[in-house]
Amino acid sequence: MNELEHPTGDPYGAKDGKDLVSGITVFPMEPHVPRKADIDPKAAIRAERQVATMFGLSSLMVILFVVAFILVPADLLIDAPIIGVVNANHLAIGFTFGMAILLIGLGAIHWAKKLMPDEEVIQERHALTSSNEERAAVQSSLQRGAAESGFRERKIIRRSLLGALALFPVPLIVLLRDLGPLPGTRLRETIWDEGIHLVTDATYKKIKASDIPIGGLINAVPENLLEVEHEEHNLNQRGKASIIIVRMDPADIVSQQGEAWDYQGVLAFSKICTHLGCPTSLYQQRTHHLLCPCHQSTFDLADSGNVVFGPAARRMPQLAITVDAEGYLVAQSGFNEPVGPSFWERG
Amino acid sequence: MAINKRHPLALFAILFVALGTTGVAYATVSGSTTPKVAAKSETQVEQGKQLFLEGCSSCHGLAAQGASDGPSLIGVGAASVDFQVATGRMPLAAPGVQAMPNMSSYTDEETAALAAYIATLGAGPAIPTEEMLDTTNAELALGGELFRTNCAQCHGASGSGGALSEGRYAPSLMDSSAKHLYEAMVSGPQAMPVFADSTISVEEKQHIIAYVAELQSEKSFGGHSLGRLGPVSEGLFIFVAGLGVLVIAAVWIGAKAK
Repeated sequence: MNELEHPTGDPYGAKDGKDLVSGITVFPMEPHVPRKADIDPKAAIRAERQVATMFGLSSLMVILFVVAFILVPADLLIDAPIIGVVNANHLAIGFTFGMAILLIGLGAIHWAKKLMPDEEVIQERHALTSSNEERAAVQSSLQRGAAESGFRERKIIRRSLLGALALFPVPLIVLLRDLGPLPGTRLRETIWDEGIHLVTDATYKKIKASDIPIGGLINAVPENLLEVEHEEHNLNQRGKASIIIVRMDPADIVSQQGEAWDYQGVLAFSKICTHLGCPTSLYQQRTHHLLCPCHQSTFDLADSGNVVFGPAARRMPQLAITVDAEGYLVAQSGFNEPVGPSFWERG
Repeated sequence: MAINKRHPLALFAILFVALGTTGVAYATVSGSTTPKVAAKSETQVEQGKQLFLEGCSSCHGLAAQGASDGPSLIGVGAASVDFQVATGRMPLAAPGVQAMPNMSSYTDEETAALAAYIATLGAGPAIPTEEMLDTTNAELALGGELFRTNCAQCHGASGSGGALSEGRYAPSLMDSSAKHLYEAMVSGPQAMPVFADSTISVEEKQHIIAYVAELQSEKSFGGHSLGRLGPVSEGLFIFVAGLGVLVIAAVWIGAKAK
C-alpha cells in the first residue's frame, strides 16, 4: 500500500487540511482498523456461516410460502398477538415472502460488511474549471460564428427574428382565457331565496318548526336543490346551499346577524366553513358551538355565528328563516353575504 | 321473674304482626280499586324516587330541578335516564368536560325504576320498545346515507368516534346496543344534538341502527385497526414505525464492521 491509498499523512503536502497546490480541502482519514474476520480465521468462518444461514433461511421461507399458500385456508381469521384479528393466509404468505427477500438482503449486506475487501481508498478527481487556453478558444469560436452569421449586418433578418421571438409567447397568454369565464356572481349567490322551503338532507322532507326539539340539529338543503342538480348535472349548488338548522332556548340567543332571523329559537346557518369550505356540522348543543373538523374553527351559533376559535376569518353566514302558513320552515331571503371560503374579489 | 322476662325477639314479632295487619288492612281498603299493573309501576316510581334521592339528588337537586353540579332532569324523559345510567355515564365518576361510559352502578331493575321516576316529572322521550328497535325491514343503503348526513361528521364514517372541542369527544359506536343508539339520538346526551322522532322518524332511525350494526360486524382483515380512524392514525404509525425501521437499517448498513 502506498501513501496515496492511505493518506493518514498528507499525500499532497497539505498543512491544516488544505492542499497547498489547489486550495482544496483534504479531509484526514481515520487509521485503518482491520476487522475480526480479517485477522481471525475462526471469525471469518463464523461470518461465512452466518451469511449462508441467512440465505438458507430465505430458501426455507420460500418453501414455507408455498406450503402456507396451499394449506392455510383463505377464510381463516386468527387473533394474532399485537396485530389483532387478521386473515391467517394473508399473514402466513406475507410473512414468509417478506422474510424470504429480507433475508437475502440481510445476508448480502452481512457478507459485504464482514468478508468482502475492507480498504479505504481515495478517488482522485481533476479540478472542475477549464484551462485558460480552452476558454479563450471557445470565446473566439463564438465570436467568429456571430460575425459569419451576418447577424449584425443583415438588419431585416435580425429585426424580423426579434419580432417573431417577441410574439411567440402570445398564444400562451391567449390560452389563459380557457381558465375562465370569471365566476361572476356565482361565488356570492346560492339558490336560497324568499319562500324556499328548508328540507332535510338525504330524505328531502319539509320541516315543521314545532317538530324540532330544543338542542336539535337538522342537516338541510333548499327544496329546489334536486331539481337544480338535475338541470346542472353537478353538485355545485349543494356545495354552497347546504345548511344546518339548530334549535336553542330563545333566552340563550345572545345576538343574531339580523333582527328576527330565527323562528322561536330555530336558527339556520350555512354548513360551509368560511375558512376552506369543509362541511361544518359538529354542533355541540350544550355550548352552541359549531366545530369544523378540518382545522378546528369554532363558531358560536348563539352569538351571530362568530368565530371563537381557529383559523376562520369570517363568521358563519346565517340564513333568515320563518314559517309558512302550515308551520313549515321557509327562507325569508337568500344569504346576505357570500357563503364558504373567502375569495379574491370578495374584499 | 321468669314470667316477666320477654324473649329478645318478641319486640320484632309484635312489630311484624302490627305492620303486617296494618298493611293487609290498608291493601283491603284502598288497593282493591287500583289495577295490579298500576300498583306495580307506582311502587317502581316510588323505588326510583328513593334511588334518586340516595344516588342522584346531591347533584341534580332533591326535586331533580337541577343545581350547580348537575342539570335539571325535568322533562329529559326515561330514554335519557336509561342511556346515562345503563351505560355507566351516570352517576358521574369524576367531574370533567364529559361523562365517560363505565360499568353501570345500578341493576336493570333499578335503572328502570329511576327512569320511571324521572318520566313522571315531565314529558320526555320514552325508552324505545322492542318493536321500535326491530331492524328486520331496515334499508342499509338509506341507513348509510342518513348516517353519513347526520352522524358521521362527529362519530366518523366508520362510527369509531372523533374529537370535539375543549376535550369533548364523540364516542365510538362500535360497542353500542341498538337501544342505546336510539336513546342517544332522541335524548341528545352531553354535547350531542337531539335527533327527535319528529325530525328523524322511527323508521329512519331503524335504517341508521341497522347500518351501525353492519359497521360493528365488519371484520378488520388487515390486523390491528389502529382505532379505525383512517389515514391519520395509519399514516402516523407508518411514519413513526416504518421510518424508524428504515433509519435503523440505514445505520446498520452504514456502520463499520468490527
